[in-house]
Amino acid sequence: MLEVHNLQTYFYTRAGLVKAVDGVSFSLWSGETLAIVGESGCGKSVTALSLMRLLADPPGRIVGGAVRLDGRDLLGLNAAAMRQVRGKDVSMVFQEPMTSLNPVMTIGRQIGEALMLHGAGSREGVRDRTLEMLRLVGIPEPAQRVREYPHQLSGGMRQRAMIAIALACNPKVLIADEPTSALDVTIQAQILELMANLQRKLGTAMILITHDLGVVAETADRVIVMYAGRKVEEAAVDELFARPLHPYTRGLMRSIPRFAVMRNGVAPAGRLQEIPGMVPALSALPTGCAFAPRCAFASDICRRDYPRYEEKRAGHWSACWHSDRLVGAADG
Amino acid sequence: MAVIDHEAELARAGANVRGPLSSILFFARSYPLGALGALIMLAFVATAVFADAITAFDPLTTNAHDSLAPPGDRHTLGADFMGRDVLARIIYGARISLAVGLGATALGCLGGMIVGLMSGYFGGWLDLTVQRLMDIMQSLPLLVMALVMAASLGPSLTNTIIAIAIPLVPNVARVIRSSTLALREMPFVEAARAVGMSETRIAITHVLPNTLAPLIVLATAQLGSAILVESALAFLGLGVPEPHPSWGRMLSESAAEYVRTAPWLVIFPGVAISAVVFGTNLLGDAIRDMLDPRQRF
Repeated sequence: MLEVHNLQTYFYTRAGLVKAVDGVSFSLWSGETLAIVGESGCGKSVTALSLMRLLADPPGRIVGGAVRLDGRDLLGLNAAAMRQVRGKDVSMVFQEPMTSLNPVMTIGRQIGEALMLHGAGSREGVRDRTLEMLRLVGIPEPAQRVREYPHQLSGGMRQRAMIAIALACNPKVLIADEPTSALDVTIQAQILELMANLQRKLGTAMILITHDLGVVAETADRVIVMYAGRKVEEAAVDELFARPLHPYTRGLMRSIPRFAVMRNGVAPAGRLQEIPGMVPALSALPTGCAFAPRCAFASDICRRDYPRYEEKRAGHWSACWHSDRLVGAADG
Repeated sequence: MAVIDHEAELARAGANVRGPLSSILFFARSYPLGALGALIMLAFVATAVFADAITAFDPLTTNAHDSLAPPGDRHTLGADFMGRDVLARIIYGARISLAVGLGATALGCLGGMIVGLMSGYFGGWLDLTVQRLMDIMQSLPLLVMALVMAASLGPSLTNTIIAIAIPLVPNVARVIRSSTLALREMPFVEAARAVGMSETRIAITHVLPNTLAPLIVLATAQLGSAILVESALAFLGLGVPEPHPSWGRMLSESAAEYVRTAPWLVIFPGVAISAVVFGTNLLGDAIRDMLDPRQRF
């Protein structure tokens, strides 16, 4: 349904050309949840903003590729047509529920505004739909809440309100950019569950952008791992967690703190393994594989040539010269 | 250890505020000076509105018999050279002061809002040009600017309002622009874009309402200066023309000739001007304290 082909988003900065998104392609089926994971600065948020064409230009510009929604190229639309797409066909939930709502406007008005923009008809229609949305996202006493201002709501409730705004017009695609990162852990689980439920109910496709592999494991169907502006791995979620074929993915998984049961007061052996080094500056990427400087498997060829992005197993793609060795190396 | 009276502490924090009357009392207790200012302003507005009910005298009727009558039984605050009742002229003069003060402030704020919002939100060469223009206007003091305006427009009520409103525009534009600059980077502006809102609409429905708190503070302060400038213009003979009573002109008519022989002609209009400006300042300060989130607790 949504097809992204060879998307290239560059930033023209004083530090030079930054290829924030470099040739990313993927497709999204209706009803599916696709997770895009990676460290800060790997280009996952820029990918999302590029889909919505919300990047500030300058400095950011989409220089190549295509984004097709039901066959229509979004990158070719003029500004007015694109505004019609935003919120109606593709909408977005942001990371910061604290500041993503207008502090001087009631919750009800902010939801109603989205509806009105995309022609929801009568005042009563808008009001009814607003209440319905608030109920749908599990906000108690919706009739009371529509008249309240964001500061009267907790962080979790605000994020629910944001989701209500995003889903008000029944979009085909919902982009959630780190929707739970700013919330308490207990609230995170609630919000994720809510989004999963709503998605099932409404059949919305979702692109979930996160750095939290726990969130990915719970909600996603398919996962794309990004590193330094490129896709490095893509697979169904179970396949990815069972058999990561890129050393970066493996490194990400190993750096999750695991809650292991302590027996007899003895902590489980082994400390948390972080990925050594830092994400390289996107304006000065090394030749060859961008991950090579941090990779335990790196060899000469990694430092010389960028690995081809290939289907290593059925439905499991990766860009690494040494995927075979990774399968061989038993991961504890 | 001292015994803490929880009820009294809560009452002091405003926990028992219910309904409008209780809110007003709470405001008066929290900001006593602000309440005094509000009271002065209320009296001022009431005077202007109900002028004909308050005084039996017509402010324009002359009476040779009462020329320069001192304050007394017949004329509470005395009468001027032409025998017109000073109290009546002050009461009716409140209308002019209020009309010019409110009119000029409203007009100036509206103009400043439009200029500041466009300048701050859209930026670029527009911002640059507009701000330099504002710089030029601000380089002259309010009174001088208004003087030039009033002199070139000619004396009338509307022209006085315009002459005072235009110099107010840059002050308002500056405040609106600076809050707009911060607001346009806020995530909720991005979120509004993400639901497909146009830039103009975002600027008006999302950014502008968030700039109103500092604007209200500024507007109350400007109200005082507008009234003061109106008096100054009238004093210099450039304000609202005769025969309408204006506090500033009452001063100028009397100051030179009668300040020694009939001081009531100078004192009472002067007191009226001072009281009203004092009132706006007190009220403005209280509103600023109330709306400043950094001073909230």
